[in-house]
Amino acid sequence: MEKILRGCCVVPGKCEGEIVVSSQPISFWGAVDPVTGCIHDPRHELFGQSISGKVLVFPFGKGSSTTSLIILELARVNKAPAAIINLRTEPILATGPIVCKHLYGKEIPVITLYEGAFQMLETGQHVVVDANKGEVIIKG
Amino acid sequence: MHLTDQEKKILDGRHGEAARISLSILVDLGELFGAEEMMEVSQVHIDSSIYMVDAGLEFAERFAELGAKVAVPTSLNPSAIDLERWREYRVPPELLSKSRRMERAYLKMGATPTWTCAPYQQGMIPRFGEQIAWGESNAIAFVNSIIGARTNRYGDLMDLCASLVGKVPRFGLHLPVNRRAEVLIRLTGITNEMFEDKAIYPLLGFLVGEMTGDRVVAIEGIPQNVEIDSLKGFSAAIASSGAVGLFHLVGVTPEAQTLEICLNGTRPKEVLEISPKMIRNAETRLWTAKGDMVDLVVIGCPHFSFMEFRELAELMMGKKVHSSIAFWVFTSRTVYGWIKNCGIVKDLSDLGVMVFTDGCPLQYPKETWHFNVMMTNSAKLANYCYSQTGLNVAYGSLEDCVDTAVQGGISRRKSPWKKY
Repeated sequence: MEKILRGCCVVPGKCEGEIVVSSQPISFWGAVDPVTGCIHDPRHELFGQSISGKVLVFPFGKGSSTTSLIILELARVNKAPAAIINLRTEPILATGPIVCKHLYGKEIPVITLYEGAFQMLETGQHVVVDANKGEVIIKG
Repeated sequence: MHLTDQEKKILDGRHGEAARISLSILVDLGELFGAEEMMEVSQVHIDSSIYMVDAGLEFAERFAELGAKVAVPTSLNPSAIDLERWREYRVPPELLSKSRRMERAYLKMGATPTWTCAPYQQGMIPRFGEQIAWGESNAIAFVNSIIGARTNRYGDLMDLCASLVGKVPRFGLHLPVNRRAEVLIRLTGITNEMFEDKAIYPLLGFLVGEMTGDRVVAIEGIPQNVEIDSLKGFSAAIASSGAVGLFHLVGVTPEAQTLEICLNGTRPKEVLEISPKMIRNAETRLWTAKGDMVDLVVIGCPHFSFMEFRELAELMMGKKVHSSIAFWVFTSRTVYGWIKNCGIVKDLSDLGVMVFTDGCPLQYPKETWHFNVMMTNSAKLANYCYSQTGLNVAYGSLEDCVDTAVQGGISRRKSPWKKY
């Protein structure tokens, strides 16, 4: 059974992929290795895991303003997440995918969901993220 | 968004390719955050000036080659290296060459070579209420909160776009309505004795950032006589553990003369407390060092001020850095000029302290230095230390850092919150 979650488009785009959930906020600079796309902050719950090609779910960004640059670099070396799903997306986080679109012509869709829908996402689920429509479709 | 005729012409490419790309990116950001129009900013602080990854260099060089020029006064955050003492800093050739390319690109575009993450302590300091666009998380938190200028948390790349156009979308912290406190944090059981150990301020910032996330917060209980450098350490920590762009210290910061003023007629959505036990716990969590082995002591994150150098010089008087320790201080080239002028550089260097300018300790050249454990008085540096440098970290006050550097082993005075 498919399940459709409705939210708001932050950065347009559409993709399909596997969910990785982090209950903690993420500062891409400091937490993500820009060479491998793995979480390299030992304090982070996803320590050691790769986020590249994944639909990355976390409540909101935090920390360094270099986060946007790290997202752009991950896109440049093809290690970026396929999409980002947040409760709230702050400007620094949105900047990476926006610049990526203008500079490299690559899409990293970003979407926000309300708390209830956000809680339905679990690591390992296969989803379609259609930011243009503001939808996340959980595949049966 | 409603765009002016002039902005439409820029988007049509009639003011050049660099302006077209920059404004397109800024308009995208504005659309996404519900801005109705663009607004002028009077100055920009660029975070992207540090060479970290090739995407940042490609971005800067592409704009420089297009002939882009800053439209408003623009200052620069640190470089990855000390651009003058790169030999002593043992900078490998590739990092040197990429940092030089970065320097050339930004200076060609007309940015001011400030190379500092504490631009609010000297140089182009904005006034209260001034609309600006700043990058660098610690500087954003400081300039919004302590000075009361208005900026959103601008990320790398967006900062250069804002500088080239001299405009940003009108949303977020540029608007007074979004600057009121949503969360109130009360300090409970924190004694005057605890505030005398200045290590408390970065720890408080670290805790508040964790508890606040991305909201605007008011904190009650910070002493009115808090020093500006303690506020610097607080701002850096709050913006590393959280996404805090603006905080209010009741009775201290300009938009919070009283609690009522910073709440602006609303009730806080959440009221939280910080206790001495939580401070002790925050300090424990920042430490990753085991035992007392240490080989690097770093201060100046954010960049050391003149007053901090005065304090350091006094603490170091009659002492010498232990042979097993590298003791590094990071500062701006402006402050370096002052401390050179009054003899502090020579005094410190005779005692074995190395002073570097322009750079950032989190980007030190790891291939040419071989350290294991760092001690610092910065909760921001401690927070990012392991993931960025691979070094384990110990945390203490400036006095503890000096003792550690002199004795050759980690020294941390008994802090008043230790017993909780």
